[in-house]
Amino acid sequence: MLQLRTPKGDGEHSEPVGLKSEARDSSPSFAVLLRDPQIEMAHGAGGTATRRLVEGLFAPLLLHSPSEPLADAAHVAVNGTRIAVTTDSFVVSPLCFPGGSIGELAINGTINDLAVAGARPEAIVVTFVLEAGLATKILEAEVRAMAEAARRAGVQIVGGDTKVVEHGKADQMYVTTTGIGSPLPGVTIDPRLVQVGDKVLLSGCMGDHGITILLARGELDIQADLRSDTRSVFPLVDAMVRAAGPGIRWMRDPTRGGVATSLNELARDCSLGIHLFEPALPVRDAVRGACELLGLDPLHIANEGQFLAVVASKYAERALNALHQTPGGEEARVIGEIHEQPAAAVLVTTPYGGSRVVDMLVGDPLPRIC
Amino acid sequence: MKFVDEFRDAEVVHKAAGEIRRLADPARHYRIMEICGGHTHAIYRFGLKDILPESIEFIHGPGCPICVLPMGRIDDGLSLAEDLNVIFAAFGDVMRVPGTRGSLLQHRARGMDVRIVYSPSDALTLAHANPDRHVMFFAIGFETTAPSTALTLMRAKAEGIRNFSVFCNHVTIMPAVQAILDSADVQLDAFIGPGHVSTVIGCQAYEWIAKHKSKPVVISGFEPLDILESVVMILRQLNDGEAKVENQYKRAVPWEGNRTALQVMAEVFELRPDFEWRGIGLISQSALRIRDSYAAWDAERRFHIPGLRVTDPKAAQCGEVLKGVLKPVQCKLFGQECTPEHPLGALMVSSEGACAACYSYEHRKAMVSIPSQSA
Amino acid sequence: MCLAIPGKIVEIAERSRLATIEVAGVRRKVDLGLLQDEMPQLGDWVLIHVGFAISKVSEQEALEQMLTLSRLGEAEQAIREVRAYGQQE
Repeated sequence: MLQLRTPKGDGEHSEPVGLKSEARDSSPSFAVLLRDPQIEMAHGAGGTATRRLVEGLFAPLLLHSPSEPLADAAHVAVNGTRIAVTTDSFVVSPLCFPGGSIGELAINGTINDLAVAGARPEAIVVTFVLEAGLATKILEAEVRAMAEAARRAGVQIVGGDTKVVEHGKADQMYVTTTGIGSPLPGVTIDPRLVQVGDKVLLSGCMGDHGITILLARGELDIQADLRSDTRSVFPLVDAMVRAAGPGIRWMRDPTRGGVATSLNELARDCSLGIHLFEPALPVRDAVRGACELLGLDPLHIANEGQFLAVVASKYAERALNALHQTPGGEEARVIGEIHEQPAAAVLVTTPYGGSRVVDMLVGDPLPRIC
Repeated sequence: MKFVDEFRDAEVVHKAAGEIRRLADPARHYRIMEICGGHTHAIYRFGLKDILPESIEFIHGPGCPICVLPMGRIDDGLSLAEDLNVIFAAFGDVMRVPGTRGSLLQHRARGMDVRIVYSPSDALTLAHANPDRHVMFFAIGFETTAPSTALTLMRAKAEGIRNFSVFCNHVTIMPAVQAILDSADVQLDAFIGPGHVSTVIGCQAYEWIAKHKSKPVVISGFEPLDILESVVMILRQLNDGEAKVENQYKRAVPWEGNRTALQVMAEVFELRPDFEWRGIGLISQSALRIRDSYAAWDAERRFHIPGLRVTDPKAAQCGEVLKGVLKPVQCKLFGQECTPEHPLGALMVSSEGACAACYSYEHRKAMVSIPSQSA
Repeated sequence: MCLAIPGKIVEIAERSRLATIEVAGVRRKVDLGLLQDEMPQLGDWVLIHVGFAISKVSEQEALEQMLTLSRLGEAEQAIREVRAYGQQE
């Protein structure tokens, strides 16, 4: 989820956002721009509607400097020490699917948000909102999954909160995780650092998670040998930062809305153009088959175990090699590069020399028959 | 993917593009209408315009069955979904189309039981699985899809499934093409014919265009090489002064069409006297309704629908874009009040509508020169 | 308007109108009821649209088409070569 980030610069602020009363004063120039009369499902899908909500309502009212680019984690300075903090909520149906469950998504998701903000995940707190009537066995299974995911990632779960709501008020369970991390030395993540000529890297195959969930719902009666890609990407990020830290400009984990949405956000934040090479986009056969059958574009499908990185051209090979040599990074690729034009947009160049623009979706991708 | 990847081969695409450049007379302007929205989508998706000479212009035809559905029909369907005992089943394509009081997705968010299905048979399966509820299937599509709906209704009748009905919005493609060709202001040289519709109706159905309007028609597949080969075939005809129907999609389209499919359609459906096409107006004998023998499964007869007519804003110039008189970017509302997120007219409503495709895939690169890629 | 994908029949029950097709490892049941005139067999390829097989896909036609397409420009090339020889003499 996009975090509201404090302005950069060590020592500039000594409190986390929101604690000081001045932070709550909204400057007259930061008016609420959101015109939508009510909240729709699209506002949670990660696409243009979500961005409108965050930029148009949350940022102007909550953030100290709403015009700063939004990031995956916020960096705050506490008594001179910088820490990264992030929060994320998990709403998924079905709770369990091939490759994982909501518990793992929650832990890995928060770890990944910290990782792509250039931080080592240190500790996580968890909130459960449970629906009355939920079988304890199901809850236990999720909690075990979370403990295992945290253990695998070397991250401690240090506390949490629980609420129970009436039957029908929560889809079995909602999980929110808040994580803190310590910024890795030698890397600064900021879309404003992105330059023409930089390369765009993707850590592995697109679309595994989103298609797995879609098929797991059972409504389409389609079977495929696919699993969610949920995992901690921190080991990969860590390896890449060690090898190519000074060259890393920006990272993001392309969750809901897919690679297309994350790169469109970057394109807008840096006002440059992003050109992707279609033949270089890594997609598993089964994901491709399902997408062709359902009229979906893998670029718009959610991932839960991948990250994007923009790396200065002369560091790109180093970064890619580091990924290839780290378990889980074998399928990493350079998928594109940064250009001047078209400003603030993402293009996919076809193998034929033509191109098409890839936009953010409004809401979730829907299967089509036409 | 077999039968797909071969027809996307870059080297052969390069050859086909070369042949097109050789055949296209630079002093001429070729206006080719691709009738089917699927072709519009493919042209944009594969960036085909970028590799064709400027003398070739694609005019996007009316073959988008979602786009041409008047908002009033969406409202009618939604009024049926408001009954809480009803499970409303529809294809994903329909979910975001706005009615007067919101789209199907928005109605679902408000508590209505709306489900996305991939097949009409899945809707019938829902009826089997939910005997206490009524499943209503919102049927859309041209002749490609209508036989599947027909077969599903035949199965429902044969199995005695009573808690199932169809709200039929199937339309037929030929009257719309006729309406466009009859317009005084249209200027078209040739047609790329809808490959999948043609698997049902065959290729003879287009002969009147060649004979009476003297325009070539090439029935085309949907991969890049299919579309490029069709352009080659059209250019050869135009250069030779010919006008005939040709089948480029031989691997899938039988010249005589699909007899069984036509039979089941005739068994279940009949033509409505007329039907309103959004952006075009009333076209006679252009849409299907369910026959009396299947009245028990016809949602329009089992339930009351408001049947109100909702008109598009006058400023929406869908009709002119459909006829090729205007390009999407030339409509005053394009990209301003009318976007895929807030569609005001027919062609912005679904991703393969001419305006939606142009908006999503193209218009922002209009001023940009694409750096050349070495092979 | 019509998204139809070629898939291979990998399972077909006797005297049933349903078959399982596979596309790049993805499987789904499809209804063969529209192809009764020429029922497809195991291993055949069909075009799938909304869960129904709407047409058979002919491998022979596909091969012929690819052959024709691959030869595009060859005639031109041959003519250019002949002209070049003519100029050299």
